[in-house]
Order: sequence, then structure tokens, then C-alpha cells
Amino acid sequence: MNDDDFGRGLISQSEWRRPSVRWGVGTTQALLLVALVVFGLGPILWLAKSSITPTIDTITNPMSFFPHGAAWSNLREAWTTVHVGRYFWNTVVLAFGSWGVQIVVATTGGFALSVLSPTYARVINALLLGTLFVPTVVLLVPLYIEIVRPPLIHHSFIDSYWAVWLPAGASAFNVVIVKRFFDNLPREIFEAARIDGAGPFRLFWSIVLPMSKPIVGVVSIFAVLASWKDFLWPLLVLTNPNEQPLSVRLPSIQSQTSLGVFLAAMFIACLVPIAGFLVFQRSFLRGSGLGGAVKG
Amino acid sequence: MRGGGLTTLVFLLPLLFIFGAFSWYPIVRTVIMSLQHTNLVQPATWVGFQNFERVWHDPLFPIAVKNTAYFAALALVFGYPIPLIAAVLMSEVRKRRGIYSALAYLPVVIPPVVAVLLWKTFYDASSTGAFNTILGWVHLGPYPWLQSQQWAMPSLVLESTWANAGGTVIIYLAALTGVQTELYEAASVDGAGLLRKVWHITLPQLRGILLVTMILQIIGTAQVFLEPYLFTSGGPANATLTVLLLIYNYAFGNSLGGDYGNATALSLMLAGFLTLFCLFYLRATRSWSTR
Repeated sequence: MNDDDFGRGLISQSEWRRPSVRWGVGTTQALLLVALVVFGLGPILWLAKSSITPTIDTITNPMSFFPHGAAWSNLREAWTTVHVGRYFWNTVVLAFGSWGVQIVVATTGGFALSVLSPTYARVINALLLGTLFVPTVVLLVPLYIEIVRPPLIHHSFIDSYWAVWLPAGASAFNVVIVKRFFDNLPREIFEAARIDGAGPFRLFWSIVLPMSKPIVGVVSIFAVLASWKDFLWPLLVLTNPNEQPLSVRLPSIQSQTSLGVFLAAMFIACLVPIAGFLVFQRSFLRGSGLGGAVKG
Repeated sequence: MRGGGLTTLVFLLPLLFIFGAFSWYPIVRTVIMSLQHTNLVQPATWVGFQNFERVWHDPLFPIAVKNTAYFAALALVFGYPIPLIAAVLMSEVRKRRGIYSALAYLPVVIPPVVAVLLWKTFYDASSTGAFNTILGWVHLGPYPWLQSQQWAMPSLVLESTWANAGGTVIIYLAALTGVQTELYEAASVDGAGLLRKVWHITLPQLRGILLVTMILQIIGTAQVFLEPYLFTSGGPANATLTVLLLIYNYAFGNSLGGDYGNATALSLMLAGFLTLFCLFYLRATRSWSTR
């Protein structure tokens, strides 16, 4: 940003020269920053603080800073005694599997619909877009019944991770954005590859996939985050506590342990999404609609 | 490379299998189940529209509808203007805007279960609860928060707004970069002040996205589940029983076996209502959004 940018927005250059405007805007923005820190960061900082504060201090004096020292034992106790370590690992495995299924479905489907584009691609497209208009609640009960009593196979998938992994792949949003990305890849390259004798599989694996790293990255981030956040579906289909992810266990952990250990467990549950957000900030914000806003 | 051959089918296979099994088939199955009596033990029997009638006459049904509408209305009153105001203010930040948007978006990446359970801790009704402590500094409270029939729902909306506002802020920030700045300059020359510029230039140019975020928010809040489920389980005295919680209770709340007919009937009623509402909304706002 250079000086020319001043006056290109809501506040004109002549207004910007007036000290009162500068002062007013500066104050507003400082207040906004304070508000964002208090409301955006505040609750998370409180959680971080309380996860290493003795329970008794958090209960009697929630807003004070370590009146009787820190209790690092909360984190250790949460990880081992309350088995957060195991649930954490379950969450990782669930997220990894859901990610894999979503990537396979979105890339192969997007490739078939965009690059190979058979005559019936229109029909499949319409069916995919149609699912975007169906509220997820409509699927809840029949999906559950399907997992308990699958048609054709007479074997319940309750307590199997496949019951979480496979339905995660049915995200029309993923297929649509991947397909749209493939639509914009230059067709000349596909043509050249075909002339050089590359079949569809070669084209997919050696040309389209390597060119699609940005979109695969965005889909991956949102796939992992969505899986990490998921609650109701794993709660319904994973009934064995030893197999459940952290988010499903947290409400039960609350009643099993002290407040300090419970808050430590919650803090651990936040770490991966927050770390991921800090590392992939640009993809997060762009994926959520910032596209094109970060100019120059 | 146009083809309809076997190779194309091989590539489509994962998509067709996953969507067929976990999206298209369950959608059809919902409609069938809503017209049946199923308990997974005896074979399903056709019962016509009986499930819909039973839901309609359930005394909890009007309560759930009223609560859901109340939640959606409160979320609209509090949650709709805040991201817009924040985004307009943030769009004028020249230096380190990244920090502003990152802070605004941070609550969105927190797992919703953690957000709800953390706020449940904040809402502790004793005078040493986190919120009551802060309000105590200015000699307010202590408030009962989730334990009062009157304040439970607003408490849920407050947390939900906190958890979701960041996503909308980012959408508005993106839309604001598309606002034509020449108009601002022209308005300044004509002597328009800041507020008038926002009202007459910024907001009209955002109206398309404003209409979209509003309908998306209504569709989302009509399906609110996690907050009432984890905060209050629908209480106190059904004050936070929402439509989705009622569906959940029909299907999974009874340990003796679910009433899947009622659950699917109510979910179809909700989906049907939302579809009609969207059509009505699009029709009502059509002239305004394209003018």
C-alpha cells in the first residue's frame, strides 16, 4: 500500500487531509481493533489461561490471573487420565479418512465432468447442484438407518469409521468448485498431451492433478476443518467411547473430571484448528470469499 | 476430449457411488419413510400422511416452531448488522488489515462444540461465573443466563453470533473491494459526508450480497441444533426446544426405539417450508436486487 491508496476508498483525499477526519478514523480503527481482540481473541485467551489454572481459582475468581500459581498438571491429566490423547488421535484418523474420500470424489468426479465431459454430464451436474438445495437435516435419519441396516449388505456399519468417512465425500460444493477450476485450465495442454499419446489416466495423474494444487489445497483445508468440527454425525454412528473423536467426547468429559482438566481438554481440541488457521490464513480467508480482495 | 466410454465411467464411479449411496438415495428414502411406520424391528407399513398429522398435533410442535422463529429473528436483529458494520469499518483500514480479518475469523475455526461448552462455562449463573464477574464490576447482575426461560434463548443467540459473524465479515470484505470508488470521489465533490456515502453508495452496491447472506443466515438458523442441544437440551421448560432438536428427539431421543416416521415427516416439513420461503424471498426481492 502506498500513499496513493489514501483517498481511494470511502474517505476522499481532501477529507483525509483534515486532521479531525484523520483523528476520528484513527480512533475508530483503534476501538475496532480493541473490540476484535476482546471478542475474537478474548474467549480463546481465557480458555488458554484457565487450562493451566487450578480449578478452584477458575471457579471462585474466573477473571484473575493465576492468584495461586499455574497448574500445568491440568494439561497432563487431560491428555492421560481423561484419555484426551486417544480421542485426539481418533479425531486425526477421522479427519484424514474424510479428507481422502472427499479429495478422491471431488478430483475424479470433477475431471470426468469437466475434462472428459460425457454427453450425460449435464444430468449428473443437475443432480449434484440439486443436493445443494436440500437441507442436511433431511438426510439425517435415512442416512442413519442406512448405516444401521445397509441395503444389499447385511452388516451394520455402526462403530466403523467408514460410516463417517464415506458420507463425508458427498459434498457437492467440493465437486462444483473443483470442476470449475478444471474448466478454467487451458484446453490446449490437454490436446497436446493427447497428441503425445497420453490417455485419460495419464492426463489426470500427470497433468491435471499437478496443475490443481491450489484448489486441492483449499478443499483439503476445509475438509479437515469440517471433520474436526463435526459433532452430530459421529455422535450418532460411533457409539463406542474409545472410538469417538474429541468433539463427541467433550460433553461427557465435562461430567467426569474437574473444571480445570475439562478446560485443558477443550484447549487441546482448539489447538489444531487454530494452528492450521495461522499457517494457512490466506487460503482460509480466500476460501471463505476473500478471492481477489488481496490486490497487489 | 468428449467421450462417454468406459474410462469416463471409471472416473465417475467414486462420485456416483458416494452421492448415490449417501445423498440421492437418502433423499428419496426420506420421502418414503415419512409415509411409513418404521421401527427397524417389524417390516415397515404404509400409513399415508399419518406421520405428518401426528407431528402437526404434537403439542411440542408449535413450541418448537415458535422457538426456532424466535432464534432466527434474534439472530437477524443482532447477528446481521454486526458483520456489516465491522466489515465497512475494516475496509477503511490501510495498514495490517490482515490482523483485523484474522481476529474476526478466529472464532469461526474454533470447533463449535468447544465454543458452546466454553460459553456454557461463561454463562455460569453463580455470582462468580465469568460473565457475572465482569458485569459485577459495573454492579450488574448476577444474571441467571441459561437457567431462565426468558434469557436462555438470547444467550444462545449471543454465542451463535460470536461463532458465526467472522465468516460473514470475510464475505462482506470481499464484496466491498468491488465497490466502485469513483462514486465515492464524485460524492465527496458534491459534499456528501461519511454516513451518507455509506448509505447511498456502499450499501446499494452491496445489496446483492446482502440479500444472499440474509437468506443463507435464515436457512442456517432455521436448522439450529448444536446450541440448544448442548447448552440447555431444549430447556428450561422447553424454552429453547427448536425444530431440529424435536426431530432429533423423535428419532434418537427415546432409548426404546426411534419414531423415524415422525422425524422424517418433520424434516420434510422444514425443508418444504424453507423452499417455499426461498421462492417467496427471491420473488419479493427480485426487483430490488437487480434494479
